[in-house]
Amino acid sequence: MTSRINTLTLSRRQFLVGSGSVAIGVAFGVPALTASRRAAAQAASLAPNQWITIGTDGIVTIISPASEMGQGTMTAMPLCVAEDLDADWSKVKVVQSGHNPKAYGNKLFGGIMATGASRTTRGYYELLRIAGAQARLVLLGAAADKWNVPQSELTTEPGVVWHKASNRSMAYGDIAAFAKVPAQLPVVTAAQLKPIKDCRYIGKDIERIDIADKTRGAAMYGIDTRLPGMLYGAVLRPPMHKDKMVSMDDAGARAVKGFIKTVPLPYGVGVIADNTWAARQAKDALKVTWANDSITKSYTSSEVLKSYQAAASDLDLAKAGVEVEKHGAGNANIKGAAKVLKADFLTEHMAHMCLEPMNATAQWSGDDRIEIWAPTQSPSIATLISSIVTKVPGQNIKVNTTLLGGGFGRRVDADFVLDAVLLAKAADGKPVKVTWTREDDVKNDKYRPMVAQHVEVGLDANNNIVGWHHRLAGESIYARANPNAFKAAGGRDAPFDEGAEFIYDIHDSLIEFARQERGVDVGFWRAVGGGYSKHAVETMIDEVAAANKADPVDFRLKLLAKKPRAQAVIREVAKMADWKKKRPAGRALGVAYSDMWETHIAEVVEVSVNKKSGKITVHNVWAAVDTGVAVMPRNVATQVEGAIVYGLSGSLKEQVTFVNGAVQQSNFHDYPVARMNEIPPIHVKVMVTDNPPGGVGECGLPPIAPAIANAVAKLTGKRLRHQPFNAERVKALLA
Amino acid sequence: MQLNVNNKAVDADVAAEMPLLWVLRDTLGMTGTKFGCGIAQCGACTVHVDGVPTRSCVTPAGSVGAKKVTTIEGLSANGDHPLQKAWIAEGVPQCGYCQSGQLMTAAALLKKNPKPNRKQIVDAMSGNICRCGTYHQIVKAIERASGGNAAAKPAVKA
Ligand code: FES
Ligand code: FES
Repeated sequence: MTSRINTLTLSRRQFLVGSGSVAIGVAFGVPALTASRRAAAQAASLAPNQWITIGTDGIVTIISPASEMGQGTMTAMPLCVAEDLDADWSKVKVVQSGHNPKAYGNKLFGGIMATGASRTTRGYYELLRIAGAQARLVLLGAAADKWNVPQSELTTEPGVVWHKASNRSMAYGDIAAFAKVPAQLPVVTAAQLKPIKDCRYIGKDIERIDIADKTRGAAMYGIDTRLPGMLYGAVLRPPMHKDKMVSMDDAGARAVKGFIKTVPLPYGVGVIADNTWAARQAKDALKVTWANDSITKSYTSSEVLKSYQAAASDLDLAKAGVEVEKHGAGNANIKGAAKVLKADFLTEHMAHMCLEPMNATAQWSGDDRIEIWAPTQSPSIATLISSIVTKVPGQNIKVNTTLLGGGFGRRVDADFVLDAVLLAKAADGKPVKVTWTREDDVKNDKYRPMVAQHVEVGLDANNNIVGWHHRLAGESIYARANPNAFKAAGGRDAPFDEGAEFIYDIHDSLIEFARQERGVDVGFWRAVGGGYSKHAVETMIDEVAAANKADPVDFRLKLLAKKPRAQAVIREVAKMADWKKKRPAGRALGVAYSDMWETHIAEVVEVSVNKKSGKITVHNVWAAVDTGVAVMPRNVATQVEGAIVYGLSGSLKEQVTFVNGAVQQSNFHDYPVARMNEIPPIHVKVMVTDNPPGGVGECGLPPIAPAIANAVAKLTGKRLRHQPFNAERVKALLA
Repeated sequence: MQLNVNNKAVDADVAAEMPLLWVLRDTLGMTGTKFGCGIAQCGACTVHVDGVPTRSCVTPAGSVGAKKVTTIEGLSANGDHPLQKAWIAEGVPQCGYCQSGQLMTAAALLKKNPKPNRKQIVDAMSGNICRCGTYHQIVKAIERASGGNAAAKPAVKA
């Protein structure tokens, strides 16, 4: 079998719609397509819009706008185009788009190109289906003219237009040979799209196009970039975050075989060598004196978390926070409530640990043009940051998005791209690839924020909720990563706070964000705010249920009476887990629910606790998910399962700690993540509905921590309020 | 030095202590074998040395000598090892970055034990990290390839 991956040399081509050109990096599909046929197809082709090119050989090239980091987007999005184009999927070639936000930006990110926040399907689904339908009408119009028959008499089968009345047919490739794109493209509205039940591809579990290459070592990630004359780089960063270099002695580095040069950087020291190993040896041989003085100098996480907790729970300091959301009387009725439930929730920093460490490759031509190859979640942010730092105008920076060996939010940031850009600047026009070590990666992540949350719930004499007050305190993500959005939102931090918004049917609630500024960079960790906010919300709902002596499932159903989709997933998961069945001694179930990213999901876990060691064992996880239209249902199920594994790992054991601004962990031995022997059976049911598709990549994560905490509470009477729930912490709690 | 990689003799002008991983990736341009941790913790760099699953990130090239190195590129002639076929049928990879190492570890397991039970699979595979959480799909694929339990319905080839 020939490789299904084509690294195309045709680097730019003009499209009729949208002003931009497209740089082509990786492409998948059409195994038998030879170079000459490919060239022929490109020489004569029809491009009805910026997404689709139909070759005279029948090959349909579809642009994929989002970064492929394992979520299947490079199949799912083109599949939406193919569906309404009625293309023959076996003749579809998928090409990763270059950086061209005008043509391919995501409206949910204000038109930039970024992949994350579970916004790809939500941002492109309808648009791409319409693009496919529009192109199909162009083909139908051309065929109708050719045959001189009314367009309404024409139909399509995959890749072919039919005039059944005269039993004539024409392949799309044949039409492409003569068709012209009309000056006025046919207008298609969402209402005209065919219903899901008539779809050939959507909802049908089409095999992902990237899978075969990924079983043969043929898929090309950023780290696999190889260019003629390429050099290899490494970057030494200070142990104390944001510290500065005072002096450097690179004599040891110079002695390493393959060493080329050292390059002082604004944030560390770079080394260039002729292979990765040599670059690392040289980096390790650098003797650098750091100032040992930065904004993070006093950042010792155990201490800082205490101060966050004080900030979250000191309600007199309300002025220091911003109101995120207020309903009804907010927290006003809590004062006079018959009973007030109060709790603090804490979470430690966590690292992403994408299995492909951070890396990027860059090449300068002259002093004002840069080309970048990077496993990035956002070519727009990579361009912007590179432009700001180098002063090279954005239009002179070309970013090629490679495959990503995991993203999880880490690769929204562009710090690793900058390494390559700045080292390549010193490489006389040669390309430079910088590959971080795992230690670089663990010690210089954009961590999940360390967060303290304080929740107060007021109950009346009948244990009805009369007020809900939720305060979150921590370092802001958006203040650093998206300062404009942060300012525009009046100091609210949408990703930091997400998941706290109140979804149950009560009248009075107040959510506040108390921003802490200690200078450690925090970022987007899969599910972002949902990873800790749902821990607080779903634990407190369980406590209110307990105060009502109500079953946690029944209680949620009651508080979600106006939300049938929520009720349906909760009912379904209860059925899957056989919720009311008695469990073996020492085991208990816990439940939690989330509606984040327009996807409804409920999870039940079965746990036991070793009271001596404090170790929690999760025996089973059940999840019922309604993400609306599921473009690839099996892929939805594995995404949910993957997020559950990620969440189990995070909530049970992952933790990054700082001492005086320096991270204490370095690799998988001291930052262990879940392995195969730690993963319980996971049962996922995808409940397909006709609702617009919601986000899929993150939705499995938020319910997992509170479901575990709720199960442990049932078992022990003790509430787990500090993530991760590692053995040490659980043991202390149970003592 | 001379190495035998995928049944071909290859020359590499590298220091003896350079890990096999970087000789494969940088010197020989065989990028199917992945770097994940550099300290034998994740399994992404797993290759076979004389059939034994080996962490190439901690294996000095000079220690390999005339032994036969097999990488993911050499696991089968056409990507049609029973495990590779099973991986496709089960749709195992997400990001896919760990999968070269997973496949090489699984292939070594099946060579030694053609019909492993679930516990034997988990024992053999727990040295390989998959951050995307494809563990259950990996187990199913190994069971499929070894003719074990009935596995999930494969995805549709349109
Ligand atoms: S890179 Fe060798 S075990 Fe991780
Ligand atoms: S598939 Fe991504 S790490 Fe395994």
